[in-house]
Amino acid sequence: MTVLTGRAPAGHYRFRHVARMEWIKLRTLRSTWWTLAVTAVAGAAMAIAIGLNTISKSADLTNNVLAGVIPGLLLIGVLGVLTMTGEYSSGMIRATLAAAPRRPLLLAAKAAVFAAASLAVGEAASFLAFFAGGAAFRHGISAPALSQPGVLRAILLGGASYCLIGLLGLGLGAIIRHTAAAIAVLVAGVFLLGPIVGAAARGLAAYLPVFIIGNSLTTTKPQSCVGAAQCVHFLSPGVALAVLSLYAAVALAAGCWLLVRRDA
Amino acid sequence: MIEVRNLTKRYGSTLAVDALSFDVRPGMVTGFLGPNGSGKSTTMRLIMGLDQPNAGQARIGGRRYRDLHWPLREAGALLEAKAFHPGRSAHAYLDALAASNGIDRRRVDEVLDLVGLAGAARKRAGKFSLGMAQRLGIAAALLGDPPVLLLDEPVNGLDPAGIHWIRDLLRSLAGQGRVVFVSSHLISEIALLAEHLVVIGQGRLLADTSVAELSAGAASLEDAFLHLTGVSTDYRGHVAVSGAEPGGWITQRKEGSS
Repeated sequence: MTVLTGRAPAGHYRFRHVARMEWIKLRTLRSTWWTLAVTAVAGAAMAIAIGLNTISKSADLTNNVLAGVIPGLLLIGVLGVLTMTGEYSSGMIRATLAAAPRRPLLLAAKAAVFAAASLAVGEAASFLAFFAGGAAFRHGISAPALSQPGVLRAILLGGASYCLIGLLGLGLGAIIRHTAAAIAVLVAGVFLLGPIVGAAARGLAAYLPVFIIGNSLTTTKPQSCVGAAQCVHFLSPGVALAVLSLYAAVALAAGCWLLVRRDA
Repeated sequence: MIEVRNLTKRYGSTLAVDALSFDVRPGMVTGFLGPNGSGKSTTMRLIMGLDQPNAGQARIGGRRYRDLHWPLREAGALLEAKAFHPGRSAHAYLDALAASNGIDRRRVDEVLDLVGLAGAARKRAGKFSLGMAQRLGIAAALLGDPPVLLLDEPVNGLDPAGIHWIRDLLRSLAGQGRVVFVSSHLISEIALLAEHLVVIGQGRLLADTSVAELSAGAASLEDAFLHLTGVSTDYRGHVAVSGAEPGGWITQRKEGSS
């Protein structure tokens, strides 16, 4: 009988090992690159369409063109969902958990890698939308400059919102585990619920993801209340960022809690 | 060594694994035998920590699976073919798994070569046949060169040459002093492969014995197995299940529900 050699080295697998696995998994799926490319292109295309159709010089022009981030948010949210549900639909989760059985560590590594990738792409898409939309202005409107008050902040927070919606999707994916159901909840929660709740209870509107992104994060000027009856006090950028981060964190925490307790 | 102690798993009102205790020792192939639905796959999932037991525990080299320091270097498992994303190549799949346990990337090419997938390594694994998927699963199990191997129905989908190949491979791995634990519902397959047998039925231990001991006193190993499991089979069909009808016991069972 041969004696086994080459046993495992000292120490144990750590966050960086699992993060490397997750990074390889993310970048070796063609669908990742397609989704990210379409995310950036869709943002620029919508920003250009908005730019061409902007006629009011007094509008928050930065906010107008950054509305281009909205379709990309949907895509990156779906990519976040798939990052988790794809594990279950393909059966990969068994190989993943065999390699990294400490489940909170696994989810943390997955979320960190996805956050880094979606933040990078989100910032790129946000800047792209800003410049593409700005270049498309007609009617004698000149594009806002990065040096103007609040502009850079609006663009950066627009990029960060991709990351946070992506993480919200990842958390929902971990909770729900089925692709279609998780996407349905994401789309309903982020995109459909907004207008409905906003119309029914104005006080809550400011806390809905779509209004946080559209009216708090990507604005350069504080929202003013002109018509008192229609007034919604939107959150300041800092509070809005905290609230959106909280949504993503709650979804991830619930997903982690369930991942630890449920059979894989 | 794999130690299973009082392992119990309930799914709703069904007792899938019922106070199971046994050891799997190194240096030989141990067959894990039982009719479909007898709890073999559940037991393997419990050993791997994929499912939580309701009672009892399983240890690999003295530790629960989730407490292993380098899981893929300490235990390798093939639980189901197709535990991979169809859009990813075999190479990328193994590369990712290797990274998680600090395994040298050269080992990826080594195991791809070993299982005969070197030529298909860059293709999308979703296009693989069941036999190729099974080989990729075996490559993943061997990636960390682990001293403990668990394989759930490894011959599924393999052609006769593939079956012969895996038989030789598993025997040589056991010969190197590894723990090799192989489940099957095919007694004839196990008879050619294993020295030791753990037999279960309805989640309960029926026998923990050498192949030679089990077949002694019966006309054949198959007769001995049928006699043993006859009293505890879930999915027995209306066709009489008896030693007089070799093979009849498989035909009435649910496919792949073990």
